[in-house]
Amino acid sequence: MNILNLFKVSINAVANNKMRSFLSMLGIIIGVAAVIIMMSIGQGSKESIRKELSTMGTNLLTIRPGADMRGGVRQDPSAMQTLKMADYQRILAEKKFVSYVSPEVTSAGQVIYGNNNTTSTIYGESTEYLDIKQWDIEEGVNFNEEDIHKAAKVCVVGQTIVKELFGEGKEAEAIGKHIRFKSIPLRIIGVLKGKGYNSWGMDQDNVIIAPYTCVMKRIAAQTFFSSIVCSALTEELSDAAIEDLTQILRSNHKLKADAVDDFTIRSQAEIMETMSSTMDTVTIILVVAAAFSLLVAGIGIMNIMLVSVTERTKEIGLRMAVGATGMVISLQFLIESVLISLTGGLLGVLLGGLISNFVVPLIGMPSSIPAWSIYVSFAVCTFIGIIFGYIPARKAANMDPIEAIRHE
Amino acid sequence: MNEQKDNRKVVIELDNVKRYFQVGSETVKALRGVSFKIYEGEFVTIQGTSGSGKSTLLNQLGCLDTPTSGEYYLDGTPVRKMSKNQRAKLRNRKIGFVFQNYNLLAKTTAVENVELPLMYNNKYTASQRRAAAVKALQEVGLGDRLDHKSNQMSGGQMQRVAIARALVNNPAVLLADEATGNLDTRTSFEMLVLFQKLHQEGHTIIFVTHNPEIAEYASRNINLRDGKIREDTINTNIKSAAEALAALPKPQDD
Repeated sequence: MNILNLFKVSINAVANNKMRSFLSMLGIIIGVAAVIIMMSIGQGSKESIRKELSTMGTNLLTIRPGADMRGGVRQDPSAMQTLKMADYQRILAEKKFVSYVSPEVTSAGQVIYGNNNTTSTIYGESTEYLDIKQWDIEEGVNFNEEDIHKAAKVCVVGQTIVKELFGEGKEAEAIGKHIRFKSIPLRIIGVLKGKGYNSWGMDQDNVIIAPYTCVMKRIAAQTFFSSIVCSALTEELSDAAIEDLTQILRSNHKLKADAVDDFTIRSQAEIMETMSSTMDTVTIILVVAAAFSLLVAGIGIMNIMLVSVTERTKEIGLRMAVGATGMVISLQFLIESVLISLTGGLLGVLLGGLISNFVVPLIGMPSSIPAWSIYVSFAVCTFIGIIFGYIPARKAANMDPIEAIRHE
Repeated sequence: MNEQKDNRKVVIELDNVKRYFQVGSETVKALRGVSFKIYEGEFVTIQGTSGSGKSTLLNQLGCLDTPTSGEYYLDGTPVRKMSKNQRAKLRNRKIGFVFQNYNLLAKTTAVENVELPLMYNNKYTASQRRAAAVKALQEVGLGDRLDHKSNQMSGGQMQRVAIARALVNNPAVLLADEATGNLDTRTSFEMLVLFQKLHQEGHTIIFVTHNPEIAEYASRNINLRDGKIREDTINTNIKSAAEALAALPKPQDD
């Protein structure tokens, strides 16, 4: 019997038992749909994080005091105060692959205007900070070098501050008003454009940006920086810039050749990688959970096929009597189970695709189906069909035609 | 009786065929040495009570089973040492089975049922298969019911489809196992008419039955008892099934 005939026979058998075939497909459909949805959410989240990080500038470099803490090692507290004014000035003087530099001093606290108050964070920065972050002013102006020099009590605020203290859409009115942060009055000279929440739920509009000198002297009362942020000339030059900055800081801190860095420089690309690998882990866990449902579905198919073989004992006996070999019989049942699992896979991909594209966005989650997940689904379904179809197929092939044909 | 030397072709030859089964510690001797030849064009009934070994003999003749000792030649081919797969192929090419309960595939048309044996023969293309099946169905008088499904047919029609299926591969021998056992008298005679027609056309037919009446319509009768041949007679006075059918009281139309 040629393979085409076998396919015809198997298709007929599946079609003649529509209800049963569909029920055994159901497990596969649900399993595959679950895998596709999980993968699409994983992929979608990764893509949206990437997009967001890249709008923050992929060439962003952050210098933090203290050695690399990613291992969670406890540090000498004095190591947290290693970034000083001298470092900033030396970077400004000697930078090669860096376009903008801003020292950063932050402080969280209450901000008050009239009867209104809200909790926010003040960022003490240089004038170049908005260029590094690629943020734009909507109303008013940014502070200038003179404000830095005088440690002027001026600030640029985000949309959330305006909304909380002055009311929605009152950007123009906020300009020139004095707000108080930890009892220090600051004059609003600019309002930033709205940016919304980032993907890990931080409100990017709840910020107050002031000259770093002002925040250092008047608010935080400290002589060191929380960090220094820079932007590399291009993303490709990030590594060169890190190398360059490391040399500048090491020499400025008079570190011996064998001493570890007392600061850490991380690029946006690195942060992005960390985020993606976290997402990957989550995705893998979810996909593995969904894959187990496929295993269960395979066992379901095996059950149905075993019942089907028993039910069709007479048919098997007849086919053997008229010349089907055991091999041909087992192929027929194998093709049948692969057919069921592949059709289930196809329906599962369709269902998963529909849900990913139309339902997942409704609940506000990003989704993007990776093409390879579809190929993998089909491969897995074929595999399941063969693996779980094997035992029923062998049972059919090993039947004795004499007994099978007289089976009632 | 069969000692005469003739030029007829031997289709089936059994040479002291024995078949023993081991049931627990006991050996059941189903066939205790059976020898006979069946020539091309014979219509042989094999009779015997249950336990006489006729089912076992049928399994041997149909190459579904092999002898414990002795040899069985089907169309000149020794069967005893054949593998399962070789026997499957031999059945496919040389034997046409007709079963008591038809054994048609459910929800399948007459043509597709008849095509079944040819599906397992790579020499046939789809169109050749269809043509052969249609021809076989015409031969059994179902040329106008090609696409009727098995569940839309009467018992007699189903058995005709089964006979067409047995004929489709142009077998050396037609093996019928109680082929009229499930049919009423009238339909049984209709089947016998068909078998006699096939006999006249030159087909070799072996009809296993426990109904002694059928022997009157065949050309030869082999009687089994306790795994041995009790009687092997040539029927010189073959009755016409068509006449018997005509003599039956007309079915009441209501």
